[in-house]
Amino acid sequence: MKSFKHILVLILTVFFAASGVADAADGGPDYGGAIVVGSIGDASNLIPMLSSDATSHNIAGLIYAGLVKYDKNLELVGDLAESWDIEQDGRLITFHLRHGVKWEDGHEFTSADVLFGFNTITSPDTPTAYAGDFLEVEKAEAPDPYTFRVLYKEPFAPALSSWGDIVVLPRHLLEGVKITESSLARKPVGLGPFRLREWKTQEKIVLEESPTYFAGRPYLDRYIMRIIPDPATMFLELKAGGLDWMGLSPMQYQRQTETPFFKKNFSRYKYLSFSYTYLGYNLRHPFFKDRRVRQAISYAVDKEEIIRGVLLGYGVVATGPYKPDAWYYNPDVRRYPYDPERARSMLAQAGWKDSDGDGWLDRDGQVFEFTVLTNQGNSLRDRTAQIIQYRLKQIGINMHIRALEWTAFINDFIDKRRFEAVILGWTLGQDPDLYDIWHSSKTAPKQLNFVGYKNPELDRLLVAGRRTFDRRERKRIYAKVQEILAEDQPYTFLYVPMSLPVIHKRFRGIKPAPAGISYNLERWWVPRNEQKYIMP
Amino acid sequence: MNLFIYFIRRLWGLVPTFIGITLISFFVMHLAPGEPMSIQADFNPKMTPEMRQRLRAQYGLDKPLYVQYLKWLKGLAVLDLGKSFAPDRRPVWDKIRERLPITLLINVLSLVLVIVVAVPLGVKAAVRHNSLFDQITTVLVFVAYAAPAFWVALLLMLYFGVDLGWLPISGIHSLMGYDQMPWWQKALDWAKHLILPVFVSAIGGLAGLSRYTRSSMLEVMRQDYITTARAKGVPEHEVVYRHALRNALLPLITILGLSLPGMIGGSVIFESIFAIPGVGQLMWTSVMARDYPVLMGNLVIVAVLTLVGNLLADIGYALADPRIRTGVQSDE
Repeated sequence: MKSFKHILVLILTVFFAASGVADAADGGPDYGGAIVVGSIGDASNLIPMLSSDATSHNIAGLIYAGLVKYDKNLELVGDLAESWDIEQDGRLITFHLRHGVKWEDGHEFTSADVLFGFNTITSPDTPTAYAGDFLEVEKAEAPDPYTFRVLYKEPFAPALSSWGDIVVLPRHLLEGVKITESSLARKPVGLGPFRLREWKTQEKIVLEESPTYFAGRPYLDRYIMRIIPDPATMFLELKAGGLDWMGLSPMQYQRQTETPFFKKNFSRYKYLSFSYTYLGYNLRHPFFKDRRVRQAISYAVDKEEIIRGVLLGYGVVATGPYKPDAWYYNPDVRRYPYDPERARSMLAQAGWKDSDGDGWLDRDGQVFEFTVLTNQGNSLRDRTAQIIQYRLKQIGINMHIRALEWTAFINDFIDKRRFEAVILGWTLGQDPDLYDIWHSSKTAPKQLNFVGYKNPELDRLLVAGRRTFDRRERKRIYAKVQEILAEDQPYTFLYVPMSLPVIHKRFRGIKPAPAGISYNLERWWVPRNEQKYIMP
Repeated sequence: MNLFIYFIRRLWGLVPTFIGITLISFFVMHLAPGEPMSIQADFNPKMTPEMRQRLRAQYGLDKPLYVQYLKWLKGLAVLDLGKSFAPDRRPVWDKIRERLPITLLINVLSLVLVIVVAVPLGVKAAVRHNSLFDQITTVLVFVAYAAPAFWVALLLMLYFGVDLGWLPISGIHSLMGYDQMPWWQKALDWAKHLILPVFVSAIGGLAGLSRYTRSSMLEVMRQDYITTARAKGVPEHEVVYRHALRNALLPLITILGLSLPGMIGGSVIFESIFAIPGVGQLMWTSVMARDYPVLMGNLVIVAVLTLVGNLLADIGYALADPRIRTGVQSDE
C-alpha cells in the first residue's frame, strides 16, 4: 500500500536491529545462506538522518544500531545502551552504554559518537527532516566514554525512542567533514548486524554479515535487496525463484498464491500494518462543522464492506488512530456500525432533509454535495472512495471523487486548505504520541492537523501524554484521547490494513509479533542442506 | 566540402534553439506545484518551519527564478550540471553517466532490430500490394502496435521466464556469481537478459516503421520514373531496391531522426518493467521528486538528442537527395 510513505519511517525501522536468542528447534541453526528481497525503490542515502524514504531506513537499520530499539512487543529496550535512568521528573535521561562495541572498521564505539550524532542532527547545516525531537533538548553531554546524558527543557516522553540508529554516527570518520559531502552516504560504516558489500544504483544492494557485531554475527551471510519497480514483475521473479521475500497485495495473497507450488515453497504471513486509512473532513466547512453530520456519515459507511471489497478481508476496522494490537489501544470507544437509518435520522436532526424530493438531501436550499480528494495511483483508496460514494448516495449525499498527483495534492489542496474531504492514510510510529496530528496549535499551513480539529480537552491530554514516562499513566491518557476522537469523528476512521509478506520456506526462525516479522532478521537461518546460495 | 560547410552552419543554428529549450523547460518545470523538499518535508511531523527555510536556502530555491536559471546556465557553460536535490546530493552528471550506457545500448539494439526487420517487411508488403502476405502483415503489425508494451512484456516474462524458464525475467545480469564469470559467459549473460527488453521496446517502432515504409514505397512505385525503369528493361529486383527504395527512404530518415529523443522518454516503461537501471527511470523519479537539477540534466540530454536527431535527418537528406545540397550552395 502506498500510504504516507515518508512519515515516521525512522521509528519503524528501529526494530530491524534486534538481538535475541537462537531458536533451538530443527536441530539448531546453521550459518550461511542469503536472502533476496524485492523492493520497488532504491535507497537514497545511507546516512539515516539525511534520508527520509523507507528503503534507505530499512537498509540503514541493518547497518547501524541505536541506543534503544523496539522489541517484538513494541516495548523500548536497550541496544547500544545497556540501561538508562530517568531523573528530574523525566527531564534528565542518562544512558549507560555497552562496553567493547566496535564499528566495522575496528574503532571503538563511545558516547562521543552519540554526542557527535546529536550535534550533527541539530546543526543548521544538516539537511535532515528529523531534528524536531532533538530541538527539545537543553543540553547533551558525554561525561565519560560509556555514559551519555541528555537534559530536556521539559519532560518529553517520545524522547526516549528518538535515540535510535539515527543519531549514532562514526565520529572518527565524519569529524571535520561536511556531512552532505561524506562518502558514508554511499559507503556506510556502521556497527549493526550487517555491513555494505555492494550497491549498484537502481539495481541491487548487497549486505554481508558483520563479524564485529556486538551481539554476534547474524546466521545469514548475505542480505540482498533487488530493486524491481514493477510489482507484477516482482511477483513473476518470486515465482521464477529470483526472490525470497516480497510483500503481496491482497489479490495476490488470496488468489495467486493458493497454488501447490506456493504452498510447497513459500510461507505466507500476515500481521496488522502500522497504518490506517481514513476519511478526513475539513472541519472549517459548514457541512462538517456539525459533529452530528460526521457521525451520521460514519454510520452510513459500511467499513466491514470496504475491508471485504477492497482488502479482500485482510484488514480490521479502525476505531481510532491506533492499531488494535498496540498496548495503548482502547477497544471501549464509541463505534459506528453500518446503520443507514440512524444516519438519516441524525442528518435530519442537523437539518438535512430531502425537501424537494429529488433524492438528495438539502438544507436552506443547498444540496448536500461535496468532493473527496485522494492521491492518484492508489487503487485501494480509489476503490474505498467508490464504496463510500455508493453508500452515501443511498442516504442522499452526493459525493464526488477526485484523484490528484501527490505533490500537487499536498501543495495546492491540503496546504491551502482547499478541500472538503480527503481519503488518506497515516503511517504509525510505535509511540502513542499524537501531538503533531491533533493538537490545536498544529493547524497552520504545512502542519499536520490540516482538518483543523480543535478541542481544549484533547490538547490538555496530548500535552500530559508527552510529559510522563509512566506507562500505565500514558495508557490511561491515550485511552481517553481515543474516546474523544471516537466521539467527535474528525475523521471517519476506516481500516487498518494487513501486511502480507511471503517468504521462502527455507528460512527458519521467523516469528510474527506485533512488531511484524523483520525485528529478528539476524536470527533467521537456513538449514545447511537447503542453502541455495553458497558464498565463497 | 559543401556538405561540411552545410554541417557547420546547421550546427551553429542549433545553439539558440538549445538555449531556448532549456529556458522553457526550466520555467515550465517550476510551474508544477510542489518543491524538492516536499518529499522529505511534507507530512513529516518532525519537520519544523525553520528547517524548511534552511533547506530551501541550501538548494538556492529562495532566490528569484531567473537567478536560479542563470546560475544553472553558468554551470552548464563549464559542463557542470550541478548536484541532485535528492538526499544523496550526488553530482547530476554522475547519476546520468552511470545509467546512460544501458539505456542507449537497449535503444540502439532495438532501433537496429526495427530497421532490419521493418524496412524489408514494408517493401515486401508494398511490392505485393493487397496480396495475402500484405494482409497478414497488416493485421499482425496493427495488433503489435495496439498491444500495450507492458502487457506484452508481462506475457513474455510469464512464458519464457516462469513457464519455460529459458530467459531471465528482469535485471541486466545474473544476481549471483556474475563477477566470477569469464568474459564470454558475461556476454552471454547480458545477451540473455537483453532479449526481452530489446524485443519489447522494438515492437511499437517495428509496427510504425513498416507501415511508413509500405506507404512510402507504394507512393514511389506509382511514379513515372519507375515505369521508365521498367520500360528500360531493368530487372524488377533492381527496380524495387535501387530505384524505388532509395526514394522511398527519404521520409523514413525524418522519422528515424525524430525517434532519437523518444529513446529516453520511451525507456521509462520497459526500464520499470524489466527493472533496468537506466535513464528513463531516473527521469521519472526526478519528475516525481521535483529534483530540478537531475531533471534539467535529463532534459539537456533529450534536447541534445532531439537536435542531433534533426541534424542527422538533415544530413541524411543531403546525402540521399542532391537537390538539398545544391539548394544550400546556391544560397551563397
